[in-house]
Amino acid sequence: MNQPAPTVTRSAGLTVLYFAWLRERTGTAEEVVAPPVEVATVGALIDWLIRRSPGHATAFASRDTVRCAVNQDFADPETPVRPGDEVAFFPPVTGG
Amino acid sequence: MAKVRVQQEDFDIGAEFAALSAGRTDIGGLGCFVGTVRETAKGRKIVSMTLEHYPAMTERALARIAAEAESRWPLLGCTLIHRVGTLLPGDNIVLVLAASAHRQAALDAAGFLIDWLKTRAPFWKKERFADGDETWVEARAEDDAAAAKWWAGPPSRAAASTG
Repeated sequence: MNQPAPTVTRSAGLTVLYFAWLRERTGTAEEVVAPPVEVATVGALIDWLIRRSPGHATAFASRDTVRCAVNQDFADPETPVRPGDEVAFFPPVTGG
Repeated sequence: MAKVRVQQEDFDIGAEFAALSAGRTDIGGLGCFVGTVRETAKGRKIVSMTLEHYPAMTERALARIAAEAESRWPLLGCTLIHRVGTLLPGDNIVLVLAASAHRQAALDAAGFLIDWLKTRAPFWKKERFADGDETWVEARAEDDAAAAKWWAGPPSRAAASTG
């Protein structure tokens, strides 16, 4: 009868990763969040994340400089997000 | 077939050339690009550059870029090695090798690989200046334009993505 509650909670959440100045501005490299079900796209997730802290609001202040990947594939604001996904936010890449 | 690696330590260009061509006599040309840390950025001296990446995604992104090159040119091998961590002026950052039977494919594929890597692989550079100031390198429109020229699609598509 014991419910594996922590596991359920984790799998129901979204893992959000931040890189480069998004990590610095949000003050976190990784967090597990549980947004309401209507948060179903990357764009909606950003709308929801910016209310988490002033740092989050600053990080997403100029959205055209924020890039995203869902489950390690490049994504855009219309890309669906589901519980269990890994969503990463970062600036335009500058390797090479 | 492609060899893709992300590492902190330096790479040995000669050893990578040798590894790519070992035991083969069908290769007629090897195209090579090596990116290194330049000592100045926007006219200011830098003391170091730190490269961050998205570990879960990086090697997959590099493998995908290599696969795209292999689908466009008759390659007999290619190597992509990118360093991460803190590097000093003059240090190697990235190695691109492309082998083919003929030079044009080898050179074009090497050019394509570095242009696409610069716009499609999840790396970020932070420069540290002599006065202690640190800034994230901003993506350059020229890099987007360089990558866009490889689009096989209609010219309008390339023009649109260069902004």
